Amino acid sequence: MMAEATPPVPEPGENMGKPLPRYEARAKVTGEPLYADDLQLPNPAIALFVTSGIARGRILQIDTAAADALPGVLKIYTHLNAPRREVTKHYTEGGYVSDSAVPLGGPDIVNDGQIVAVVVAEDFATARDAAHRIAIRYEERSPSATFGSAGAATIQPDALAAKSKKAGDFAGAYAAAPVKIDAEYSTPTMHHNPIELFSTAAAWNGERLTVHEPSQFVWQLKNGVASALGIDPENVEVRDPFVGGAFGSKGMMTQRSPLIAAIARDLRRPIRNVVLRDQGFTLATYRAETRHRLQLGATRDGKLTALSHEGWEVTSRQDDYSVAGIEATTEMYACPNIASKVSLVKADRNTPGFMRSPPETPYMYALEAAMDEMAAALAMDPVEFRRINDTKVSPVTGAPYTSRSLMECYDRAAATFGWNRRKAEPMATREGDWLIGYGCATACYPTSMMAATARAILTPSGRVEIQIAAHDVGTGAYTAMQQIAARELGVDPRMVSVRMGDTAYPPGPVAGGSMTTASAGSAVKLVCDKLKQRLGGALPSGRELEQAFDRLGTRRIEEYAEWTPPGQGKEAVQALYKGQMGGGGGAEGGKPKPLMYAFGAEFAEVRIHRLTREIRVPRLTGAFAGGHIVNPRTARSQYLGGMIWGLGQALLEQTELDELRGRYINDNLAEYLVAVNADVPEVDIIMVPEVDSQVNPLGVKGIGELANVGTAAAIANAVYNATGKRIRDLPVTMDKLLDVPA
Amino acid sequence: MRPFEYHAPQDAISAVAMAGEPAPSHVTSLTQFVGGGTTLFDLMKLDVMHPARLVDITRLGDKGLQQVRRDDRGLHIGALATMAALSDDGAIAKDYPVLRDTLWQAASAQIRNMARLGGNVLQRTRCPYFRDTSYRQCNKRDPGSGCAALDGFNRMHAVLGTSTSCIASYPGDFAQALIALDAHVELLGADGPRVIRFADLHRLPEDAPQIETSLRPGELITGFLIPGGTWPRSTYVKVRDRASYAFANASAAVALKLDGGRIEDVRIGLGGVATVPWRAARAEALLKGAELTEGAAAEAAEAEFAGAAAREHNRYKIPLGKATLVRALLQAQAMEL
Ligand SMILES: Cc1cc2nc3c(=O)[nH]c(=O)nc-3n(C[C@H](O)[C@H](O)[C@H](O)COP(=O)(O)OP(=O)(O)OC[C@H]3O[C@@H](n4cnc5c(N)ncnc54)[C@H](O)[C@@H]3O)c2cc1C
Ligand code: SF4
Repeated sequence: MMAEATPPVPEPGENMGKPLPRYEARAKVTGEPLYADDLQLPNPAIALFVTSGIARGRILQIDTAAADALPGVLKIYTHLNAPRREVTKHYTEGGYVSDSAVPLGGPDIVNDGQIVAVVVAEDFATARDAAHRIAIRYEERSPSATFGSAGAATIQPDALAAKSKKAGDFAGAYAAAPVKIDAEYSTPTMHHNPIELFSTAAAWNGERLTVHEPSQFVWQLKNGVASALGIDPENVEVRDPFVGGAFGSKGMMTQRSPLIAAIARDLRRPIRNVVLRDQGFTLATYRAETRHRLQLGATRDGKLTALSHEGWEVTSRQDDYSVAGIEATTEMYACPNIASKVSLVKADRNTPGFMRSPPETPYMYALEAAMDEMAAALAMDPVEFRRINDTKVSPVTGAPYTSRSLMECYDRAAATFGWNRRKAEPMATREGDWLIGYGCATACYPTSMMAATARAILTPSGRVEIQIAAHDVGTGAYTAMQQIAARELGVDPRMVSVRMGDTAYPPGPVAGGSMTTASAGSAVKLVCDKLKQRLGGALPSGRELEQAFDRLGTRRIEEYAEWTPPGQGKEAVQALYKGQMGGGGGAEGGKPKPLMYAFGAEFAEVRIHRLTREIRVPRLTGAFAGGHIVNPRTARSQYLGGMIWGLGQALLEQTELDELRGRYINDNLAEYLVAVNADVPEVDIIMVPEVDSQVNPLGVKGIGELANVGTAAAIANAVYNATGKRIRDLPVTMDKLLDVPA
Repeated sequence: MRPFEYHAPQDAISAVAMAGEPAPSHVTSLTQFVGGGTTLFDLMKLDVMHPARLVDITRLGDKGLQQVRRDDRGLHIGALATMAALSDDGAIAKDYPVLRDTLWQAASAQIRNMARLGGNVLQRTRCPYFRDTSYRQCNKRDPGSGCAALDGFNRMHAVLGTSTSCIASYPGDFAQALIALDAHVELLGADGPRVIRFADLHRLPEDAPQIETSLRPGELITGFLIPGGTWPRSTYVKVRDRASYAFANASAAVALKLDGGRIEDVRIGLGGVATVPWRAARAEALLKGAELTEGAAAEAAEAEFAGAAAREHNRYKIPLGKATLVRALLQAQAMEL
């Protein structure tokens, strides 16, 4: 129950570590940690962006005279006097940037909220005053904002065509299927809005550049800034020990970082820049809107015979970013005949990017909503329908799942939730003025891994320091690394300190793809192994340890290790040092065979007012299986946060778009709705024990992006059970239900 | 934000003396009073408002400005009482539940602690085109420039009291209670005090949406009076996408006096759906003297919204506004006193 004063500390189940409290918990609640923009630089000047008020056109004139005249304004940059940077490619094309459009690169406006000027001043108040005094005259052109906008081109690049999964003869099987579903779904634009704003601070010391910026991949930022400035990456240091939320938005370098560093070089002065909340909507990535068509065919006894998933995603004119979640949806259930395809719609928008479970969130929503529609068409219990079609192998390639505990999750969650009280007939349950509905859906997330390197330093006191430039974006990664090291070395966790988020340390993976525990954790395990070997296979304690140091004639024992995931070679480590996700691993590509996935089952109760149709969710229950759980307390928090986010995706979250103007409307935290406490009365989390010795030496699957996957479908399915109406476009809001008779 | 002068006078007469230079309207006056600043500072940071002088009124020592008290004329609410103070007042909650209901469901605890009731009724629209100066069209911000909301994203905009110049909704909650209970507004200007009906405070946009109220430039709201007796059978239904910390998609303040099943007196204020706090006079006229049934409530709601006009994204506000009113009437009827 959320209402309890202290969150329950989960009892560790089988194959789970101790529920240690967070490594940095006390520091965080006492305000001690320094986030990127808190780190000090000598005498910094403040840079403030000025962004475009149109989505497409050209700057005819930009008048900075009134702003320049303000005391305290140091310099105003526009496309006419922009500092030079190298043009670099999108990270999917071998470059580093998340959007290849270069700010201040010329007079053209290619999307809403593009940087058109940078004011540098002695302080923030002066910078903002000056920003308001800049007058810009545009030549405006009609933008193509989204799906269906005039001029938005639909394309299917080769790289996407190659991702289409096929098996058997879909068309024939679908035509012959006795029971069919053919439905279209859509998901809206979403923005991460981490509480910690985006920021960059840059300072030069001769050739050397220091960058403070919240980042999910400091080695990428180091190399990316170097490449855009044409300097040696050796000369760039990035520091970012704590990240105040990221969810993918701080994953890949934006154009802001080299721009600020170039300004600092030009002005010979440290520069601090914070991106205002509304500016963050266009100066970072986001989850683009998607559309889906699902066609399912089944026999009358509930066996899937045909499945087709076609997806459409919006991207920018300049980059072909896509998430293509058909990879998961075509492998989810046993089905002999499968077709799939993803197309991109090019619009006048900034380039989208990772957002928590980038492919699975939209694509699994569509599949799981369609599965519920099929269960209803078959007059079958939705859980039983999934049981009938459960599989232990990929229906596309036949490759086995290393482990798959989906039905165990369903059974545990269904029992806790009280699924047997559900009436299959819609609108059958009421309490006073409220219509009540139950729904469920599957959650899944692939286990991805990247190479990682780590260093361990042991001193005669028995204290161990682990250094790895991985990242704790608020997930508990510090704690997990501490626990893995302590377990491996057989020491008290309090003897282990962990250093992360700084390029002074050996590179770890991007804090994305839910890879940190498996990948960075494997490197930490390996380096601890090496440390033990140096000391004869085990870490002695007390007096013996000191003697061991004396024998070796040193006061400090240091080890370094490089870990590569199964199937990846030395190139993976080289790529990591270059800040690239290459080497055959990574969040998206090159998933090694067999299939590795974490699974979950989520259940929701909804209540809908018979008159006004507000939708409230009094209860959510989720059961999850993710291999070895290093720390059940932090894992539970990930599941809890995931389901709460999922609730937001189901009912609240959407970046509203003025389609005529191609601009985001609700670019603030008052109107971009995320769930608040009042929306989340009760969430039950069940951790289903699972052993998987194939995924990696730790037996760990990625779980950070698992729980937010199934929630939206579970809630939308519950809304159908309550009202008899299928809402196929997220979020499900009351206006879409006002025509339901009740 | 542009530079400004800051003053913190000790009494209302001094405060008023610092304001009142000629201006086209109260909101565009060069001098602005600051209560909690939760509307004003936001709009200054966004460069929507740029007053040259701020007069902080939170330290005015005049008797009654910070207080809530009752006498035989009715309930007096000082304009400097915070939203939290009135909302947390147990006696008010019992005798005027609609006042508490409009307040505890508004904004967040932090904002309610800062915001004053005088500033509250003057909070300005959340229309995104008004709040972002990079949109060229907004008649409210820049008279004569047009209205971007007409063909823009207008899901939160008004359906009642709109004009071809402006469809911005009045976002607040407390005002619905005041208009329903026939409140008076007490004002102090350079020429001395005056009293107006709360119903006359806000002006329909018509062809001048930039003039939002009938206040004279530099006039200070000193308090509100709710005349007559108490309204224990009164409530506020606020319907919104998010369960808390969100503006109303539609809302209804209802105060009832019942004689068995028959309605002896009824007062209705509607929010979220209108350009100004909306007194539902047509609905009231139909309901007065009638039996309160769901059917009668629905008929009254139908009549009130007969003149509603929607745009592309806010059509739902017409059925939602009606349903909200019906729900509020039934909820007030069901209250156990
Ligand atoms: C994120 C957010 C969410 C919100 N949600 C809600 C909500 O759900 N419901 C709701 O009702 N409100 C909501 N509000 C609005 C909030 O209630 C108002 O901002 C607040 O009540 C204003 O009071 P204040 O004292 O801060 O006014 P100020 O900002 O100090 O003043 C507002 C205006 O009134 C003038 N003024 C102030 N006092 C006087 C006076 N005594 N006489 C004459 N002029 C005066 C000022 O000059 C200024 O122009 C929200 C606000 C925010 C920022
Ligand atoms: S609705 Fe009113 S406030 Fe909004 S853009 Fe139009 S004129 Fe401006």
